[in-house]
Amino acid sequence: MPEKYHININETPARFPLVSKYAIVETREKCTGSCRKCVRKNCAFGVFKLNSHNMQKAKERQYLYGCEGCFRCVQECPGGVFSRVKNPDWDNLGGGYWTPDIIHQTWKQAENGRVPVSGAGYRGKFAACGFDSIWTDMSEIVRPTRDGIHGREYINTSVDINRRPHHLSFSQDGKLDRSYTTVVEIPIPLLFEVPKFGIINRRVLNAMVSAASELETLMFLRPEEYSDDLEPLASSIVPRLKASNQVQFNNLIKKCRIVEIDYCENILQIIIAAKTINPDVLISVGIELDGKAVERAIETSELDEVDLLHFYADANGNGLGSNQPRFLSSLIQEMHSALVERGLRFRTNLVFSGGIALAEHLAKAIIYGADALAISTPLLLALECHMCYRCLSGESCPVSMEEIPENWGRQRILNLAGAWRDQLIEVMGAMGIREARRLRGDIGRSMCFENLEKECFGPIFGKSVAKGSV
Amino acid sequence: METRKEVVEFPLAKLAPSRYHNTISQYIIKRSASCNECGLCARLCPQGVHSSGNVYSGALKPYMDRCTGFECAANEYYCIDRCPQKALSIQLNPLLETLGDYRWTAEMLLGHWVMAETGDLPVTKLEYSTGKSNGGFDRIRFKTPRQNDYLHIPDKEIDTSVKLNRRNDGRLPLSINIPVYGGGMSFGSTALPVLIGRARAAKKLGTLTCTGEGGYHDKILPYAGNVITQVATGLFGVREETIRRAPMVEFKYAQGAKPGLGGHLLGDKVTAEVAAIRQTVIGNALFSPFPFHSVYSVEDHKKQVDWVKQVNIEGLISVKVSTPVDCDMVAVGIYHAGAHVIHFDGSYGGTGAAPDIAKKNIAMPIEYAIPRVHRFLVSEGIRDQITLIASGGIRSAMDVAKAIALGADGVVIGTAELVAVECVRCGHCESGRGCPRGIATTDSELGQVISEEWAERRIVNMYLAWRKQWCELLRQYRMRSIKELVGRSDLLVHLDYLEEQERNNYLSYGG
Ligand code: SF4
Ligand code: SF4
Ligand code: SF4
Ligand code: SF4
Repeated sequence: MPEKYHININETPARFPLVSKYAIVETREKCTGSCRKCVRKNCAFGVFKLNSHNMQKAKERQYLYGCEGCFRCVQECPGGVFSRVKNPDWDNLGGGYWTPDIIHQTWKQAENGRVPVSGAGYRGKFAACGFDSIWTDMSEIVRPTRDGIHGREYINTSVDINRRPHHLSFSQDGKLDRSYTTVVEIPIPLLFEVPKFGIINRRVLNAMVSAASELETLMFLRPEEYSDDLEPLASSIVPRLKASNQVQFNNLIKKCRIVEIDYCENILQIIIAAKTINPDVLISVGIELDGKAVERAIETSELDEVDLLHFYADANGNGLGSNQPRFLSSLIQEMHSALVERGLRFRTNLVFSGGIALAEHLAKAIIYGADALAISTPLLLALECHMCYRCLSGESCPVSMEEIPENWGRQRILNLAGAWRDQLIEVMGAMGIREARRLRGDIGRSMCFENLEKECFGPIFGKSVAKGSV
Repeated sequence: METRKEVVEFPLAKLAPSRYHNTISQYIIKRSASCNECGLCARLCPQGVHSSGNVYSGALKPYMDRCTGFECAANEYYCIDRCPQKALSIQLNPLLETLGDYRWTAEMLLGHWVMAETGDLPVTKLEYSTGKSNGGFDRIRFKTPRQNDYLHIPDKEIDTSVKLNRRNDGRLPLSINIPVYGGGMSFGSTALPVLIGRARAAKKLGTLTCTGEGGYHDKILPYAGNVITQVATGLFGVREETIRRAPMVEFKYAQGAKPGLGGHLLGDKVTAEVAAIRQTVIGNALFSPFPFHSVYSVEDHKKQVDWVKQVNIEGLISVKVSTPVDCDMVAVGIYHAGAHVIHFDGSYGGTGAAPDIAKKNIAMPIEYAIPRVHRFLVSEGIRDQITLIASGGIRSAMDVAKAIALGADGVVIGTAELVAVECVRCGHCESGRGCPRGIATTDSELGQVISEEWAERRIVNMYLAWRKQWCELLRQYRMRSIKELVGRSDLLVHLDYLEEQERNNYLSYGG
């Protein structure tokens, strides 16, 4: 059994006030300011105390953020001075796929590193598309005991990066064939890559890479983003090479354990060239998740030199190169099955990028057939990004991303990864699964919306006619 | 079909207004300073929104939660228009935008608060029966009934009782007067006055409530005949005498809101009293393991059931599980181990605290599990020997009726009872000292905000209002007993399964 892996969590407060969903408004008009037992003192979350500084100055309506919505002040104030309103800034957070709720939840996890817990049951939609259309299974009594994150039994979240040989082979002098001996295992099925927006300066990059290094995972980056101060962390870096620039970065190939090469026609030649420079280096092939992805995956996984296939969807988890793109979850499933059918799935490992926004996406993507997932946007969110995209047009960043202290950023990312891993373990624990490797592709231990509707409701209601109404 | 012998007497509703100074209402009516207290509005409004007060106080604050809103403009008594001073104004309460969620909408909360206050259905227009989650119960409707079927009989002639023991094994012939009983809430997670209020309400109504896994508080003893003792994986406070005195003992294998995970009580909530009852250490967080560490097979489970049957020679056995893929098989296993009640707790239910990831993503919603299990039990030929109880995200009287039509005999309710005592579903039950509204907390200061009597009244009132809805529904289908509704899924439609034209017929239909 591997040594117990542990992520060091450390409460790391945000530098700016969090944007919260609701606010309490105080209308001064009716407050006489003379109640002996003013309800403001009773707020269990100290909202009025936190805001008292601003409030003294205010003459008019005052929005107080951080309200947790117990409605006590609203209901108890004899003058009815308080009301609760939606924070107008809330809806400006992110957009589309990256909902304000996701952003907020990510901030919180980066701050405290804890699994989000709340009372009073589930409050969301019944089901939706993509990752929201499946439920993971759980075991009632018949499976071995698991105590989740508080358990005494270790649940292993490690996954392999190196390919697995289908048989052992030996050289002529009877020794184990050397080319199969490089083993790279990462203790958490989560890799990092450089976000496509945000202020990516040295501080930000160092925070991300050093967090990857501490987590013993890997970070993909373009060699142009590499600089010598990252050298001590080189074993956590996977440079993404193109056919055209590979020679230029030969030095980097020597230092790294893994390199990624963008898929191209003559991919084998490039791989061989890289292997000549560093025979131990593992090879990842970067493939865009477009209409040709399956074909290319089949082609490359047949190559003995390839360890990892890394597929890129867009930031919202949509496939590329189509007007009506399919979502990551079904693309993963399709890829996994295509390789299983051809007997190729066991040879390489599949990493997917794009659209992984919550810990549950991580768990579900693995169930659909991924070995590991790569994330970028959540890293920025851990650093307090609002997804306002002002940086893309060169405007100033509302949270001064360019000035983050490196250690602060590193710890926030560690906290997020820790919270995600704990959530993955919660799901695995409930399923009675002890190994992340066993979770992979275990679609039979999940339930999808369409099947449940068909099996449970079909006999009652007939055939569903809804076109994506959920 | 059974014929009814006795008519059950239900208690009368007793008014139980909000504990708070300002009620949250759908509309806000403002009376400006130009009001000269002529008293016309008080005389006009049939809902009693305005009151002229008395000679000393002048006009009182309007009872805004009684106002029927903009619709009233069509009436000649519309106070806003009639006020000679133009002193009145009406607006939609902007607060509603910040209240509730997809499952428990603001209107559903408001509706239930009115029911809990008055014991009657709201007169104002509120959609309190369905939420906006866009699936499951929220897309299921009862078919429009045929007019000729309507049964003209009063509520008191309609039977809403559920038989819990169908095994004819000589144990208690237990029956509950309404098709719901209270779900497990432990001392430690919920304030004592609320727990006692629930037990008192159960006794008044002739149904049951459940201890949860936190042990048996002495103050619950007077209601022992209506209290289920829960035996959960942590075995906190489970002793032979608590098992012996219960009319029904419930094994809790799993909980829908956190299936596959054990219970969790944060250290802050483990006060001296909680620790004493649970036989644990003050301030130490309590984790219940998952699952029972002595049960790894159906045979092990049978041994547990046999043990309880030895200790309590009269009581019934209920087994609470959540909803995995093979829930139908699980049900059969439970039946063969000798249980009287199979209780499935679906994944969208409430609880003191659960990881958000577990609430939404693990195990299936109860809407799927009910028909699946019901059908399987029928095909195994054992459906009539076991009582099928459902829970987990069942919020309103109509949800209960839909669950029954899908195949359940009855339902377990947790969250709605808390809503009755003015829970706003803010979700902070587990944080720090617990619920800021004094419901899910053991903090002595916060918990005292509620009186037992008030909690009892509110819960009784809500269920009386629910019973009115059930009775009306049954009458519409020419039924005299809710037992006739069990498994009548032919009376249901699902909006996603209807062609557009037909669907439109149901969109405005409240049930
Ligand atoms: S509603 Fe509750 S949490 Fe919000 S400010 Fe008022 S007392 Fe505090
Ligand atoms: S907060 Fe806005 S400006 Fe700053 S990094 Fe994020 S998207 Fe860019
Ligand atoms: S009708 Fe107008 S003036 Fe008369 S009591 Fe009502 S609000 Fe006041
Ligand atoms: S903390 Fe909020 S959700 Fe929990 S019981 Fe209290 S009011 Fe309800």
